[in-house]
Amino acid sequence: MARTTPGGGTVSSTAATQSARGSASGYEAVRASRDFWTLRRRFGSFIVPACALFISWYFLFVILAVFAPGFMRTSVFGAVNVGLCFGAGQFISTFAIAVSYRRWARRRLDPLTDRLRNRLEDGRRQ
Amino acid sequence: MTGTAIVSQASATIGTPAVNFIIFAFFVLLTLVIAVSAAGTNRSTTDYYAGGRAFTGWQNGIAIGGDYLSAASFLGIAGIIAIYGYDGFLYSIGFLVGWLLVLMLISEPFRNTGRYTMADVLDLRLRAVPVRAAAALSTMTVSLFYLIAQMAGAGALVSLLLGVSNSAGQDVIVTVVGLLMIFYVLVGGMKGTTWVQIVKATILMAGAAVTTVWVLSRAGFSLPGLLHHAAAASPAGKAVLAPGLEYGVSTATKFDFISLALALVLGTAGLPHVLMRLYTVPNAREARQSVVWTIWVVGLFYLCTLVLGFGAMWLVGGKQILAAPGKGDSAVPLLAFKLGGTLLLGIVAAVAFATILAVMAGLTITASASFAHDVYAGVLRQGDVDPADEVRVARITAVVIGTVAVAGGIAAKQVDVAFLVGLAFAIAASANLPSLLFSLFWPRFTARGALWSIYGGLITAVGLIIFSPVISGQPGSSLISDPHVNFAFFPLTNPAIVSIPLAFFLGWLGTVTDRNPPDAARYARMQVRALTGIGAERGGRS
Repeated sequence: MARTTPGGGTVSSTAATQSARGSASGYEAVRASRDFWTLRRRFGSFIVPACALFISWYFLFVILAVFAPGFMRTSVFGAVNVGLCFGAGQFISTFAIAVSYRRWARRRLDPLTDRLRNRLEDGRRQ
Repeated sequence: MTGTAIVSQASATIGTPAVNFIIFAFFVLLTLVIAVSAAGTNRSTTDYYAGGRAFTGWQNGIAIGGDYLSAASFLGIAGIIAIYGYDGFLYSIGFLVGWLLVLMLISEPFRNTGRYTMADVLDLRLRAVPVRAAAALSTMTVSLFYLIAQMAGAGALVSLLLGVSNSAGQDVIVTVVGLLMIFYVLVGGMKGTTWVQIVKATILMAGAAVTTVWVLSRAGFSLPGLLHHAAAASPAGKAVLAPGLEYGVSTATKFDFISLALALVLGTAGLPHVLMRLYTVPNAREARQSVVWTIWVVGLFYLCTLVLGFGAMWLVGGKQILAAPGKGDSAVPLLAFKLGGTLLLGIVAAVAFATILAVMAGLTITASASFAHDVYAGVLRQGDVDPADEVRVARITAVVIGTVAVAGGIAAKQVDVAFLVGLAFAIAASANLPSLLFSLFWPRFTARGALWSIYGGLITAVGLIIFSPVISGQPGSSLISDPHVNFAFFPLTNPAIVSIPLAFFLGWLGTVTDRNPPDAARYARMQVRALTGIGAERGGRS
């Protein structure tokens, strides 16, 4: 972080954000801005489908395991069956969603939050 | 007493207690040195609760992995796989998948809107002392449940490895474990505890990886080959490679598993000791980074567990595992002994022991922070408190909680570890998650909704456990072994399938029937702060 005390240790809050915390209008202004509206929309547009996807994928797996063990027993090759492939798929999808969320957030969310924060703090400083 | 005879017989066959003891002592000493040297001053609340917020994302990610991968994972899951095969694998997937919820919905907003505890987040949104009290109560309940599960695991492990088979000896060891844990927390604070977690997680991963490669080398580095050998060694045959041996027995066990799956996938995001770790990094981006690291650590670890479990099924055999003290929990130690003799056994066991200690330290610091910061400073003193005084209260609480956990651990010696942890997840998902999600994302949410949801979820989850076969009705597996005592009217052992939807519903109902209007300005502030980090507590290295 750029803003740390010279002596080191913790900075609980900067002067700029402290004044922002005091006034509700600072937050209202941010909230009314176009950038914040975009941020909210983008956040929702990734998070909601991604969560819906992984939760339904996981429960599909659980329900098949519980109510269709015969299907899960079907051999794919040798000792490896459908159930084991499904399980491996859960691991792969979890890693993939985590990594793609991180990449996406870096590209699509972080520049927006930086801009919003800088604008507010610059405004305070004047 | 045939039980004792089996115990002493089995402990005679597994390793040399003296060697195990030396390796144990070495690991304990190592972690103590780390805790003491990393501790620093720990005078401010930010130091004591949040490690000065100075950890980087990957450090904290490994530490969260350390907090999460408890004895239940290392010993419990591998044990279930060794006995029931595929159903243990199902269990481990639930423990992993839940992290996506933490990553995407919780980590950044949570880091941005709180300071030290989960109740801070609710308080920023709702500004109500009763809500803080309720959140503190559920935090402490979940932590204590989890803590007792770890303690029970420690007793079984030690009896297996140090040849301490009599009950009094085990109690002494549980007490020593409790004292060590209190020491870590008092001296190390969050900084020392975090370093213990990082070191422990690294050793745990290394130990699991080495043993995994070892098992695979026996099977010609072929996973299908390993599965084939394991199925051939099991009396159930190929059935161990498919679901159903543990959970497919009856309709009740099937729904029990769905209930457990719900608890696992939603519970991770409500575990207070995991959430509190998100405050040890300087900002929300590092919190996000932490959770991605955690997902790698946890996922790779469970993949190793799969190999270890089937390896134990093949090389040790279910019969010998079930005959050993601690039953399934002894599968990995027995496997290590089979592969690498006394030395590998000692190392694996010491890693498991260090795991239990470190996880308990993390839980104790969470519960003590919640009491000191939420109950003492927030509720009793209404925020008018000196930080040094708050830290002093937190330290005293840590001692009290450690003592309670020792007593609980002695009482719950016989109970299966992974199972108790599943219950802690159910309580976390019911009592904590709904109010957390509503606070962060629902503009209408009110304090009344939060109280209904927290108390409703907590009381339903704990109540249904009390009236389930866990406590009574099934002599042999219930806590009350008397067959005449039966008040188990709830058929499932895990309450999540009822208590989680109910807690969400109560949060909604309490809110829409509330005559007080929602505080729009507070929600505006919460939303901006959650998504952008404006006004969030910052920290970092200089």
